[in-house]
Amino acid sequence: MGKITFIEHDDTEHVVEFKAGASLMQIAVDHMIPGIDADCGGECACGTCHVIVADEWYDKTGTPGDDEQQMLSMTPELAKTSRLGCQVQTTEAMDGMTVRLPEFQM
Amino acid sequence: MANRRQDATVIVGGGHAAGSLLTTLLQKKYQQEVVLVGEEPHPPYQRPPLSKNYLAGDIDEESLYLKPRSVYDDAGYQLRLGERAEHIDRDNKTITLSDQSTLKYGQLVLATGSRVRHLNAQGADLKGLHYLHDMADSDALREQFVPGKSLVIVGGGYIGLEVAAIAVKAGLKVTVLEAVERLMQRVTGPEISAFFYAKHRGAGVDVRLDTAVTGFEAGNHGYVAGVTLADGTTVPADLVLVSVGIAPETALAEAAGLPCDDGILVDEYTRTNDPDILAIGDCTRHRNLFFEQTQRMESVANAVDQARTAAATLMGEDRPYDAAPWFWSNQYDVRLQMVGLSHAHDERVVRGKPEDEAFAVFYLRQGHLIAVDAVNLPMALMVGKKLVYQHREVKAQALRDPDIELKSLI
Repeated sequence: MGKITFIEHDDTEHVVEFKAGASLMQIAVDHMIPGIDADCGGECACGTCHVIVADEWYDKTGTPGDDEQQMLSMTPELAKTSRLGCQVQTTEAMDGMTVRLPEFQM
Repeated sequence: MANRRQDATVIVGGGHAAGSLLTTLLQKKYQQEVVLVGEEPHPPYQRPPLSKNYLAGDIDEESLYLKPRSVYDDAGYQLRLGERAEHIDRDNKTITLSDQSTLKYGQLVLATGSRVRHLNAQGADLKGLHYLHDMADSDALREQFVPGKSLVIVGGGYIGLEVAAIAVKAGLKVTVLEAVERLMQRVTGPEISAFFYAKHRGAGVDVRLDTAVTGFEAGNHGYVAGVTLADGTTVPADLVLVSVGIAPETALAEAAGLPCDDGILVDEYTRTNDPDILAIGDCTRHRNLFFEQTQRMESVANAVDQARTAAATLMGEDRPYDAAPWFWSNQYDVRLQMVGLSHAHDERVVRGKPEDEAFAVFYLRQGHLIAVDAVNLPMALMVGKKLVYQHREVKAQALRDPDIELKSLI
């Protein structure tokens, strides 16, 4: 168990508990975090679970795959630390992590 | 809320559209009492994995749920699961449930979904014949996935092919019988069909095109033993999956006198001709401003988009349905992503090489992009989503030329 903070575009913070192993998308969806659509349910098919990981935590989320990078590259609010939430599998090491949500999903 | 009503908003159906409507209402802080009536015992869940990683046993039941059950309970939304809506009384604005109780509604949303088409061939009632529509179907199929068994799949569409990929990986002997001359003919062009034909053949699936099924042969104890073909031969089978499409579930609406035509007819606000009844998802033939004509669309994207439209309509917002449809399929290590409807095209442009397993087909009509099918090339899908939605005029050469970045076309 650990905590992750999701910050909406308007700076509203949601601190949620998570169990390592779930994807960032799943955690957000299960906690009704606004700003993540997750239309395809986590199959990396739709690009609607864009999150921006806080710089200092980015390395802990691993490296985006080629498919993910292609999907992300079209996101208007793309940042250096952008990820698709469905492709980030949480680990114990992410306890305390902060991620921001874009204003719009694709 | 300005138009707060006394009676509950009742959603009939417990599928993807119904579930998306619930969560959208929740996120928009809808102030009305909400009751969902669903036939299945589960809270709304994702169906796409039923023919993919859930069938393979890679993910569990709970990870299919759109939301954990507690989310609805905490919101005070009532889920009446395992119950069926039998009758709508539009004069008194009530519905009768299978337990004979009645439920009063202020607004009613029909999200009755679809049912699988059955084959009316000889032997179609034999044991060992499967259909795939809900979680129980997927569980029943998986239980039979024993290496070495022969699985014959009738129908070479998305579902049949996704199951073929999972089954052959699980060690079954798999045959796919497709009635027409290419796979997924209804939804894609010949290049994509040919690619998946080669992919499945390469994986060891016996794919047979132009092959009509005439019936099923009985073995011991009432179990199927083979599938008989129009040429008189029989394909031996330990189990059979019939995946020949779905039909909209409109019986409840029709009995209530709501206009239906291969789908419950709704406008771009998801309204039927009864101002207090909406309908969303697979069960509808709907207006989407993106298209000239009404459509019936069997897809998650449509279920989600119509659910969002219905939520807006219920809350008095003016937000018509206006979106390009999109679809996806996973087979083996291949991700197929599609946007738009391709069948009316007059020109096809292929970018990349199918043999590289990363390419896209662009479909043009009078020079305007109407659809994109992308194989392991998500960039083409993402660019396509924008260009197709805008009916953009695009030069075929620009789409084909690998030196021109797709992004630059936006």
